[in-house]
Amino acid sequence: MEKRVAFNERWLPYLLVSPQILITLVFFFWPSGQAIWQSVLLEDAFGGNSRFVFLDNFTHLLSDKDYYASARLTLVFSALVASVGLGVSLLLAVMADRIIRGATAYKAFLVWPYAVAPAVAGVLWGFLFNPSVGIVAWSLAAIGIEFNYVINGNQALALVVIAAVWNQVSYNFLFFLAGLQAIPKSLIEAAAIDGAGPGRRFWDIVFPLLSPTGFFLLVVNIIYAFFGTFGVVDSLTKGGPAKATEILVFKVYNDGFRGQDLGGSAAQSVILMIVVIALTVVQFRFIERRVHY
Amino acid sequence: MAGVSFKDVRKTYDNKIEVIHGVDMTIADGEFIVIVGPSGCGKSTLLRMVAGLERITGGEISIGERVVNELEPKDRDIAMVFQNYALYPHMTVYENMAYGLKIAKVPKAEIDQRVRDAAKTLELGQLLERRPRQLSGGQRQRVAMGRAIVRKPAVFLFDEPLSNLDAKLRVQMRLEIKRLQRELGVTSIYVTHDQVEAMTLADRLIVMNAGIADQIGTPMDVYDRPASVFVAGFIGSPAMNFLAGRVAEGGRAIELAGQGGARATLALARATTAAAGAAVAVGLRPEHLAPADGGPLELTVELAEPLGADSLLHGRFGESRETVTVRLPGHVRANPGETRRFTVDPGHVHLFDSQTGKRLADA
Amino acid sequence: MVENRPWLTVLSHAVVLIGLVIIAFPVWMTFVASTHDQQTMLRSPIPLLPGPHMVDNYVQILTEGYGGRFGSSKHTLELGWGPAKISITMSTIAMTMINSMIMALGITIGKIAISIIAAFAIVYFRFPFRMWFFWAIFITLMLPVEVRIVPTYGVVASLGMLDSYSGLIIPLIASATATFLFRQFFMSVPDELTEAARVDGAGPMRFFWDILLPMSRTTIAALFVIQFIYGWNQYLWPLLITTKESFYTVVMAVSRQANVVDSVPSWNLLMTMAMLAMLPPVLVVVFMQRQFVRGLVETEK
Repeated sequence: MEKRVAFNERWLPYLLVSPQILITLVFFFWPSGQAIWQSVLLEDAFGGNSRFVFLDNFTHLLSDKDYYASARLTLVFSALVASVGLGVSLLLAVMADRIIRGATAYKAFLVWPYAVAPAVAGVLWGFLFNPSVGIVAWSLAAIGIEFNYVINGNQALALVVIAAVWNQVSYNFLFFLAGLQAIPKSLIEAAAIDGAGPGRRFWDIVFPLLSPTGFFLLVVNIIYAFFGTFGVVDSLTKGGPAKATEILVFKVYNDGFRGQDLGGSAAQSVILMIVVIALTVVQFRFIERRVHY
Repeated sequence: MAGVSFKDVRKTYDNKIEVIHGVDMTIADGEFIVIVGPSGCGKSTLLRMVAGLERITGGEISIGERVVNELEPKDRDIAMVFQNYALYPHMTVYENMAYGLKIAKVPKAEIDQRVRDAAKTLELGQLLERRPRQLSGGQRQRVAMGRAIVRKPAVFLFDEPLSNLDAKLRVQMRLEIKRLQRELGVTSIYVTHDQVEAMTLADRLIVMNAGIADQIGTPMDVYDRPASVFVAGFIGSPAMNFLAGRVAEGGRAIELAGQGGARATLALARATTAAAGAAVAVGLRPEHLAPADGGPLELTVELAEPLGADSLLHGRFGESRETVTVRLPGHVRANPGETRRFTVDPGHVHLFDSQTGKRLADA
Repeated sequence: MVENRPWLTVLSHAVVLIGLVIIAFPVWMTFVASTHDQQTMLRSPIPLLPGPHMVDNYVQILTEGYGGRFGSSKHTLELGWGPAKISITMSTIAMTMINSMIMALGITIGKIAISIIAAFAIVYFRFPFRMWFFWAIFITLMLPVEVRIVPTYGVVASLGMLDSYSGLIIPLIASATATFLFRQFFMSVPDELTEAARVDGAGPMRFFWDILLPMSRTTIAALFVIQFIYGWNQYLWPLLITTKESFYTVVMAVSRQANVVDSVPSWNLLMTMAMLAMLPPVLVVVFMQRQFVRGLVETEK
């Protein structure tokens, strides 16, 4: 798509794009290039010498049990965040869509968790489940469930998932609701005349028509779980206990800043870049297809 | 005030495709010129070249005495009315009209005077503080015209200004544009695909087809003596009927093909220059066919459409393949399958070369 | 809905209401905790309803601080120049709120400003390397800052931008999202409007200021909401590049404080801080909900 008209100026357009391009070059291309460069260097901890080690950092990484554990954890974590998040928000959206009167009020009350910083969301849920003062932990104890995310790795992971889903649920809800409201009412009415009840209509008509939205949200949620949840993890568990919640993006940070393993961290960055590029490409291919659909 | 002249004007896009193949014409000062043609014929491109919105890649366009090829739109002394009005949505009617003058640094008092005068002419006085969103289609159209008028340009350019209006409003605005142009006496170039608009507004018409000006002339000239099959088919509604035929011996009559045993022969008012036996396309306007017992043309009716004031009969002449339309005054009843005979005044028979589609000259 | 089934409507309300209660619960408890004193918060179970100490807690946090780690130090903000200079003394927490505000507004305004002019150039001009620039901006969509965090830190450090507002803001304002949103909007502006402006004698910058910018108001508002939240909620970036308390953001302060094991944790004060950290972005979302929804939907298209 192009504009029919264009202004004829020689230098002005360059002047106009220059701030954005300059910042992109300095804070995006330069560091990204450095990440790739560093990923093939071995640097000693004091930053003095570095030597070219080619793919050693990668082979080292791929033979590292910790890295595999973290990668597996990330997959489990993002699968949980995406499935629980999409399930809950779809349920809420379908129900809210059924409600004609008061739907906007409900919407208003459901959107604001998106505005809470992930790091703060972590603090909030940590407070609810805090082993000594947390009201939820106390209630669970009252019915005989010992909940201590500080010690128990699985419980820590569950808590991180809950906090992450809570933070993202309004986003998913809004998109599902928009998707539902975009389905022409006449289709539903036609199905009703064809004799389909509410449940039938949902599975046969609404669900298939909503699947593009669902797929889009799936990709967005996976990207979110991979990268957007750093704050949740850092304020809730710091990757612990015993690395039970150390997802990849947290490991990059941990190894790079705490462990001072720049080469290894850079190699991890490069792998993450490949993952996020692949996800984005999937997303764009999909959007293209949807346009033609 | 100024005339406009085109000298072998051509337009080639970056991809080397030529879309305007050399247009020559001179528009007199104060003349109302309508460029008409089907979509994609290059009529808008030609107008936009006058406006300075498209580069002129060959030839010359002059406004008054000045060649404007390299001038910016604002320096060409033109004003333009766009198809979708192109009103600035965030500005009031007043601001919309005043914007060009403001940029040209016209003194505030004068801007105010001119805007109010234009508003009065166009009956927009009550609407000056409204925004385009709050106006009806016809009102927006008037504001777009107002914006053109306040600039007091040498030439008005109209790019299908009425095509977004409903039928009734279109007729009303058409009259208004005509009246205004007469009053102001400004040279105007008007682009449309609607032949009724073209016929009613124009002092002279340019009928364009595929980047070529097929015919330039007064509306009646174009109607009475269309220069090509294309022009003949495009101007006039319902469209002209075409039949295949051959020039008879002596060139004073045409034998129509496919008219069965009784070979129909149409007399010509003046002898044609085409050789005897040459294949020609015969053009007959629906309104020029008159019922006549024993006339040369036998119509087998397929459908009759009563329009109220008159009726259209659709069908075929003899065994010819082309469907034809006949227009008869009043309410005419006809059943499918019925046959009727028609004749045509020799002065209303149009002949075109069946190869080139050009009008055949009289001898 | 098509047919009238009361029980389904009741069920819908019930499900949504339960969802609402669960979603609101953490914030409710945070609010409740911020209205009690320390002793009450150490009793088990903690109360479910607000107490009488709300004002005390907020005043203490804003003027004195948390106590302990963030307690003693005070910050002085100097405004104005020469004789008109005023200085305000405040707690570290209040300072971090101001820092968050500066960072959020800086990112928001900076992003919108550089994106709108870049989109204007890319849509309305034809120039050599135009598509190169387009793709250079486009590719930044793909890599969130979290992925390239270590080398970006290195670059910012070597430019001497650690512990500065410019370091907090500038590296985060290069993002393709806003550029794309503006590009999309500009593409939808009818060509004829630009042509009308040209016939009216407006040059490119005149057209930009008089026509395009005012027409972009709703897009700008939508972006403002989204980017303000994005900026305010930044965590990893400020965590990395600030070492001085005077540049901490409030989100960082809350998270840090939550992870500091005090001998006697002041949950009431910590939750007061959390409330303060949530308040601005939540208010923005609540009061600019239409723009927020629009921005959210459009930036992801």
